[in-house]
Amino acid sequence: MEKGLKKRLFTNKLTTCLIVVLSALTAVPLFAILGQVFYKGIDQFSWSFFTETTPSVYRVMKAVEAGSPIPGGIANGIVGTVIMLFMSMVVAIPAGILGGAFLAENRKTTMAKVISYLTDLLQGTPSVIIGIVVYLWVVVPTKTYSAVAGSVALCIMMLPLIIRSTEETLKILPASLKESGLALGASRATVMFKIQLPAAFGGIFTGVLLAVSRVIGETAPLLFTALGCSLMRYTIDQPISAVPLLIWEFFNDPFLQEFIWGASLFLLFFVLTLNVLSKQIAKKWKVQS
Amino acid sequence: MESPIITFNNTCISYTKGVMAVKNVSADIARNTITAIMGPSGCGKSTLLRAVNLMHNLYDNIHVSGQILFNGQDILKMEPIEVRKQIGMVFQRPTPFATMSIYDNVLAGYQLNGIKLSKAEKDETVERCLRSVALWEEVKDVLTKKGTFLSGGQQQRLCIARALALKPEVLLMDEPTSALDPIATQRIEELLVELQKEVTILMVTHNMGQAKRISSNSLFMYLGELVEQGSTVQLFDNPKDERTKAYLTGKMG
Repeated sequence: MEKGLKKRLFTNKLTTCLIVVLSALTAVPLFAILGQVFYKGIDQFSWSFFTETTPSVYRVMKAVEAGSPIPGGIANGIVGTVIMLFMSMVVAIPAGILGGAFLAENRKTTMAKVISYLTDLLQGTPSVIIGIVVYLWVVVPTKTYSAVAGSVALCIMMLPLIIRSTEETLKILPASLKESGLALGASRATVMFKIQLPAAFGGIFTGVLLAVSRVIGETAPLLFTALGCSLMRYTIDQPISAVPLLIWEFFNDPFLQEFIWGASLFLLFFVLTLNVLSKQIAKKWKVQS
Repeated sequence: MESPIITFNNTCISYTKGVMAVKNVSADIARNTITAIMGPSGCGKSTLLRAVNLMHNLYDNIHVSGQILFNGQDILKMEPIEVRKQIGMVFQRPTPFATMSIYDNVLAGYQLNGIKLSKAEKDETVERCLRSVALWEEVKDVLTKKGTFLSGGQQQRLCIARALALKPEVLLMDEPTSALDPIATQRIEELLVELQKEVTILMVTHNMGQAKRISSNSLFMYLGELVEQGSTVQLFDNPKDERTKAYLTGKMG
């Protein structure tokens, strides 16, 4: 064997080894976190954990005195999260899709450039700042923390993600698809709604799911807007709880710290499911280009 | 010649200011014939073709000047939506709408324009159009399946059927068979020869054999100029211009 070839084969092996070791290293914290949360949280999972609200101080004290397990659960948080997610999605999904369609269609206009730049900026804005701003916009004028305020904050966080995924998916559609729609005499809006957007459905849906999984764990913006509440509430004009808010509350209450893990595991499961689902959908509705 | 259906009158098209992709083209396209536009890559033939149904309106940087008359009316001054209903187009690669069934693909022109048809009219249109592209027998049992399940040649015929559904007067074709195998190509060629009874076909092609086989008139373009035009037989047998001769004999391409 020539000398040069030997050296190249060695370099090749070395690089492969390095890549394997380094990627294994990156997986360590991932599995450590998942393992920790699962190990500590799975014991918490019970029917009452998902159906009962956060226990009152009185109930906790009685349970501690009697030496029985702490009663209660995270039902109020789950309901709050669902209500706020739903309200923010109702606005963010149509607005985001329309925004993305506008950007994909009018790339060169000044307006599109400005929006595109702002979208990037918004995507990079720390969530705590969004929380503070929504506090000023919604909580101060309405004089109350509320589910509405929380939804506004979550909605603002979802928007850039949906806009981007819509725009990117529309961009990779073949130009001839749009042109053949137009060649049939359809207007640009009709072609967008009946041909381009349906063809881009997979990518857009994936983007929506990722946006949801991104905001579902947000705590900071909700602290300033939804505040939290230990009662079960279905109203949108009063303070409301959310699962990440509960985790924060549990952390601050020495008697409830065990609950942190159950609530965390629930969130992790939720996000994991959304991610798996979005992968499946992306595969099934792959854009043909 | 009977009054031409399309007349190019000093048509110029530029992508960047001052650089003409199509220079002063003047030509007549005869009714109910197949006219082939030939020429080497980059000579402006697709650019010229796309000007006819105002595809260039989509792109701000493209500028079209001169006149393109369609039945005596200047297309460049008409509403794109009106023009495109009467002048259909088929692209190089088949573009069936992936989200629609075969049936809906044929009717897409109506659906997209918000024209309501009764069930009977729909069935009749679908059958007529698919028969005229010789696809009916192959797909009549799978009409509800997605158009993308078909083979490339079938997809292209579906796209032709979709364009024909609106009963256009002119069909523009941009190298409609270059993405297809020889057998599918032959079927489409036979089909086009049949179709010219109903619709005028203006076709860009790289394939000289194809132009010779099916077109009655030809235009030869080179570097944006229309070098020569006339009947296909004359153009192939007795080209007047040296450049046409060089291209047709394979010395330039």
